[in-house]
Amino acid sequence: MAMRVLVGCKRVIDYAVKIRVKPDKTGVVTEGVKHSLNPFDEIAVEEAVRLKEKKLASEVIAVSCGPPPCQETLRTALAMGVDRGIHVEIGGKDYETLQPIHVSKILAKLAQEEKVDLIILGKQAIDDDANQTAQMTAAVLDWPQGVFASKIEKMDGTLKIQREVDGGVEYVEAKLPAVISSDLRLNEPRYATLPNIMKAKKKQIAKKSISDLGVDITPRVEVLTVEDPPVREAGAKVESVEELLTKLKDLGRI
Amino acid sequence: MESIKFQHHFKQIWACYLSAEQTQASMGLNDEQIQMQRIATEFAQKEFLPYMAEWDEKEYFAKETMQKAAQLGFGAIYVSEKYGGTGLTRLDSSIIFEALSRGCVSTTAYMSIHNMCAWMIEQFGSEEQKQHWIPSLASMEKFASYCLTEPGSGSDAASLATTARCDGDFYILNGSKAFISGGGDTDLYVIMVRTGSPGPKGISCILVEKDTPGLSFGKKEKKVGWNSQPTRAVILEDCKVPVSNRLGEEGQGFNIAMQGLNGGRINIASCSLGAAQASLELAANHLKVRKQFNKPLAEFQHNQFKLAQMATNLVASRLLVRKAASSLQQNLPDAVSLCSMAKLFATDQCFDIVNQALQMHGGYGYLKDYAVQQYLRDIRVHQILEGTNEIMQLIVSRDILQN
Repeated sequence: MAMRVLVGCKRVIDYAVKIRVKPDKTGVVTEGVKHSLNPFDEIAVEEAVRLKEKKLASEVIAVSCGPPPCQETLRTALAMGVDRGIHVEIGGKDYETLQPIHVSKILAKLAQEEKVDLIILGKQAIDDDANQTAQMTAAVLDWPQGVFASKIEKMDGTLKIQREVDGGVEYVEAKLPAVISSDLRLNEPRYATLPNIMKAKKKQIAKKSISDLGVDITPRVEVLTVEDPPVREAGAKVESVEELLTKLKDLGRI
Repeated sequence: MESIKFQHHFKQIWACYLSAEQTQASMGLNDEQIQMQRIATEFAQKEFLPYMAEWDEKEYFAKETMQKAAQLGFGAIYVSEKYGGTGLTRLDSSIIFEALSRGCVSTTAYMSIHNMCAWMIEQFGSEEQKQHWIPSLASMEKFASYCLTEPGSGSDAASLATTARCDGDFYILNGSKAFISGGGDTDLYVIMVRTGSPGPKGISCILVEKDTPGLSFGKKEKKVGWNSQPTRAVILEDCKVPVSNRLGEEGQGFNIAMQGLNGGRINIASCSLGAAQASLELAANHLKVRKQFNKPLAEFQHNQFKLAQMATNLVASRLLVRKAASSLQQNLPDAVSLCSMAKLFATDQCFDIVNQALQMHGGYGYLKDYAVQQYLRDIRVHQILEGTNEIMQLIVSRDILQN
C-alpha cells in the first residue's frame, strides 16, 4: 500500500547570510534578508519525492507555517516534485512566538485530516536549532519516531530506519504510521528543473488558518533580549606548560 | 582542486552571492522568474564557480557539467517544449544567463551560443530537421557551433566567401570560417554559405555534422579569455552535405543568421551583467576589509562614489537588456535596434565596471588567485563578437536616420 506523506517546510534565513541583531534587541533582522527552505527540510522533501518515484508513496504534501512568503518556500518544494502544498497562515506576533510545541500540534492535526501514513521533517531548523518538532509531533499523535535518519527502507507495514547517534549507527524498525526526521546524510537534494518550476505553477497551495485547525498557539515562551555573542577577547601567549597551568589556576578555570 | 588559494577566494564570492544586495538582480521579476534565477544561481555556484579558474587555466571544455545544466532545462531555454526545449521567454533566458555567468562567463557564453543554434533550427528548420536535431541539442547530448565569420569577412558578414555549389542531392562546400566557438569539439555546425549572388541575398544556412568528410579544423586558438571553450577555424574542402541539411530556403541564410544574433546579443549582454554584478560585490567586500591610512577603503568618498557609479551603470544596463529581451519576445518593431543598443551599452558598461572593480582590489586584482581578472578577461570579447560594438552603432544610427 503506497504511503501518503507529509513533509514540513520551514522558511528560514538563508544559511549564507550574515545574521545581524536588531538595534532594539528584540530579535534578528529579517526584513529584506534572503530566506530559503530549511536545508534539512529540503532533504526531507527529497526523500519524500524519491519514495514517490519508487512508487512507495502515492501523494506528497508539503506544509509551511508562517506569513505569506512561506508560499515561495512551498513552491520550491513543489518544483522538487511535491504534489501539493498547505500554507498555514500565521503572521505578526503570533509568528514571532511560534514554537515547536505549537507546530507539532498543527502538523498532527493536518496529518490526521489528510490521513497521512508518514511524516518526514527536517531534524532541526537552522534558525532555532530546536530539534523538537519531529519528536513532539510523534508524541502528540502517539506514533513511533525515527529521528536523525540517514537511511529509510520500507518493509512490510513498517519502516527500517538507520539513525546516526552519538555512539555510531543504530537501526530501528517503526510501524506505520510514523514520524521521521532527516539528517544530513539521508540524501543529496536535487535541483529543481526549469520545466518543474513551470509545472509547479499549476500545483495547488491550500490556505489554512489557525482557527480552521483549532490549535492553541498561545505563546509559552517570552523572549527577553537577543544579543550578539560577546566579542572574542585577545588571547595571551605563555612560555611553558607550568605557566599555562598557573594562569589557568589564577583564572579559576582549574 | 589544485590551488587552495582559489578555494579561499571563491568562498568569498560564495558569501557575496547570497548577500541582500543581490536583490537588485531580482527586482521586477515574477515568482517563477525569481525561482528560475535562484536555481541558475545555485547551480552556477555549485557546479561552475569552484572550477571557473581551473577551466580557464587548463582550457577545459566542461561538456559533462553543461549536460548537467541541460538536464535542468538550460540547453534550449527559448525553444518550444514541443521539440524538447524549455519553452521559456527571452527575458527568462537573460535572467538565467546572467545568473549562470557569475559561476563561469566563458562556459555560460558557450551555452548561450548553443541555445541560439537550437533556436535557429526551431525557427527555420523543416519538421524533420527539428525532430532530428532539437531533442539532442536540448539535452546537450550534442553540441552546436555557429559559423558566420571568415578570415576575410567579420563585420562585413554579408561578403562571406564560403561557397556551396549544388550537385544533385548535395551541396559541395568550400571555404573556411574563423573564430568558431566550440569548433573541433562540437557535433553540429550551423554554417552560413554562399549559394547565389554576392551580397546578403545569395547566402544560405546549412547544417554540417562533425566527421563529415571534407570538414576539418584549424589549430586551437590561444585566447585572453573564454578559455573554457575551444576556438578554432572551421575548414571546408569539397565537403559534401545533403541538400536536406539546408535550413530554410536558399537566400534566406543571412536573415537566419541575423535573427539568431538578435537573441545572441541579449544573451552575451546578459553574461556581461553577471560578471559585473559578481565583480561589484567582490569589490565592495574588498573595500570593507582592506585598510589603508588607518581606515577601510570603503570609508574613502572616492571609492564610495565610484561604487555608486558602477552600481548605477549596472542597473541601467540590466534594465536595457531586459527591455530588449521583452521587445524581442513580442517581436516589436524596435526589437532589433534595442537588442543592438543593449549589447552595445551593457558590454561596454560592464567591462568598465569589472575593470574598476579590479582597480579597487589594488595589486591583488592583478593576481590570478582573484576572480576579478578572469571576469575581466572573459567579458572583454563581448564588446567584439556577435557584432562589434561599432556595428551595433551602425545598426542603431541606420535605424534612426532611415525613419
